[in-house]
Amino acid sequence: MLVKNDRISEIVDGKRVIVKKPELLAPAGNLEKLKIAVHYGADAVFIGGQEYSLRANADNFTIEEIREGVEFANRYGAKVYVTANIYAHNENIPGLDDYLRALEEAGVSGIIVADPLIIETARRVAPRLEVHVSTQQSLTNWKAVQFWKEEGLERVVLAREVSAEEIRQIKENVDIEIEAFIHGAMCSAYSGRCVLSNHMTARDSNRGGCCQSCRWDYDLYQLSDGREIPLFSEGDAPFAMSAKDLNLIRAIPAMIELGVDSLKIEGRMKSIHYVATVVSVYRKVIDAYCADPDHFTIRDEWVRELDKCANRETAPSFFAGFPDHTNHMYGTHSRKPTHEFAGLVLDYDPETGIATIQQRNHFRPGDEVEFFGPEIDNFTQVIETIWDEEGNELDAARHPLQIVKMKVKRPLFPYNMMRKEN
Amino acid sequence: MKKPELLVTPTSVSHIDELAEAGADAIIIGEQRYGLRLAGEFSRSDVAAAVETAHRRGMNVYVAMNALFHNDKVDELADYVAFLAEVGADAIVFGDPAVLLTVRETAPHMKLHWSTETTATNWYACNYWGRKGAKRAVLARELNMDAILEIKAHAEVEIEVQVHGMTCMYQSKRSLIGNYFAYQGKVMEIERKKYEKGMFLYDKERDYKYPIFEDENGTHIMSPNDLCIIDELGDMVEAGIDSFKIDGVLHTADYITEVTKLYRRAIDLCTEDRERYEREKEELLAAVEALQPPHRRIDTGFFFKETIY
Ligand code: SF4
Repeated sequence: MLVKNDRISEIVDGKRVIVKKPELLAPAGNLEKLKIAVHYGADAVFIGGQEYSLRANADNFTIEEIREGVEFANRYGAKVYVTANIYAHNENIPGLDDYLRALEEAGVSGIIVADPLIIETARRVAPRLEVHVSTQQSLTNWKAVQFWKEEGLERVVLAREVSAEEIRQIKENVDIEIEAFIHGAMCSAYSGRCVLSNHMTARDSNRGGCCQSCRWDYDLYQLSDGREIPLFSEGDAPFAMSAKDLNLIRAIPAMIELGVDSLKIEGRMKSIHYVATVVSVYRKVIDAYCADPDHFTIRDEWVRELDKCANRETAPSFFAGFPDHTNHMYGTHSRKPTHEFAGLVLDYDPETGIATIQQRNHFRPGDEVEFFGPEIDNFTQVIETIWDEEGNELDAARHPLQIVKMKVKRPLFPYNMMRKEN
Repeated sequence: MKKPELLVTPTSVSHIDELAEAGADAIIIGEQRYGLRLAGEFSRSDVAAAVETAHRRGMNVYVAMNALFHNDKVDELADYVAFLAEVGADAIVFGDPAVLLTVRETAPHMKLHWSTETTATNWYACNYWGRKGAKRAVLARELNMDAILEIKAHAEVEIEVQVHGMTCMYQSKRSLIGNYFAYQGKVMEIERKKYEKGMFLYDKERDYKYPIFEDENGTHIMSPNDLCIIDELGDMVEAGIDSFKIDGVLHTADYITEVTKLYRRAIDLCTEDRERYEREKEELLAAVEALQPPHRRIDTGFFFKETIY
């Protein structure tokens, strides 16, 4: 179903190459995650400020941290977008002007918003900020997209319910940047149209209070002549609304050919290990495809790599068609990723071959670990001796964030990561 | 004192006369191809008949086009809008901006009511859609009384508030009931059963029952209780709220008619003889309670509830 579009690819020296490379957009729940995402190859990150952003629980950036994040990202030529995608209530109106001005001053490239209050206020007080319509608006058709184009906005994030074919039609009808999700958890409802958490826990989902009530268990019954008839049998898993996480690694070529402008990974609450793993895989997929689209195949190792950090099952959702029951999780809610984050590389001494590592999970001599990072090819080795910072030998690295040293068989770079099999 | 409109949802064309007798000022109708969670299914000929009946009885007719449309339906919106203009519908209820653009192109004089169920949460957004062409905003059900009054104080459009009935908690494009049957291997039941009425989800932890149904627009999950604030209309009447809606989705025609009569009485008393309203409102509330089906309690929704985030 690839649309051949000459603006997307060109023939160079007899070989087709992609000239319109999409942006790889990654989540960053805090400054450390931002640095990791950018370092591992994201072209842009989206972050939440302390107000107006869904994910009330993510640690969220202060204006100071945003400024620092922007500076870091700019060094890599990457952009920072801030989500301000709540549906505001009257009480959220005061303070909005100042907040948006501060974002503009901090050098943020754009904001991701749903509420016309925030859209128009940004236009008025912070005109240098690009305004992107959030998926919270649940944009499902080209004409709705055209409305926002006519309002002068730069980009729309489509509803997760649109298929590849629908994206193509939208692109054909409206000349506006399109951002689409490629990976991560998702609402099983139309975004912005779920208030389960308001009812069940008195937390406002459209202002970031969602408790993921759609992942809880419910029993399905039918009322018939006043009797309640269970629509499940002994031993059946309960009814589920919960959707498997999105994983569109195999659809990246199609998305690039469709001319999607930004490929978005979800998950501001996820660990740096998750961000690093997912970003580096999609970086490789996008680069490899764009360099030689006609001889491209998805490598098994990329697919396996994603499994190393996936704690839920994944599915292609609406991109490939209408989601059937295999797109839902019945009975189970999570699974163990195949690997666990063990340590973050802080330093490496080429003279001695010794790496300085910050502990993120228990490891000990004799464990087999894998190193990965943007500068290196993955490699595994068995841990030999571990020393603490004073040079004392340790029987294990047992304390969170403890700094240890150990010999590694190949050169490493700061921000490389060490993981071990579960 | 200005009387707010009493807006109700008929289940069929023949129900409309009864609702007129009961004291309704306006009705909202439509078909699931374009509208969400309606009390009845009205084909085009039903809509034409409904408009005629309602107008004869001095009632306004609003037609629901508040679905989230995918590309496949965009091209047919204009035809439906033109039809509604031709039969003389008084307003179109929309959430998707595709409808707004279509009405601008096809029937620029048609009135528009902005209704997205969950996202009309501040006065600025209401006025924004007003500037884009809406005459009315239908407020989110998750607002409390103070927020509603504050919105009304700043609003440049009419404000509609649901005062009674079920509210929608969740809409998914997914076929959640059909998929569950498929997962259970009950292939035979999928087509036969997934569109049936009367299904609910039981939440053990809260001991709540949430009505659930599937239609062309996906899967809808509804509130466990019926909202009812027949005894708390005073502040909103004084603030000049323009329309009070009784939503009868998943209720019977008789129930809707009886509830309409009670709200008619409440609104009349509240505007004409406030003291008497205060004296009689408990009785009105008790009368609603007596009408409730056995499995449906009433509550005050979010009117007096704090939500955090
Ligand atoms: S409960 Fe589920 S569907 Fe609803 S807002 Fe939360 S994640 Fe989305």
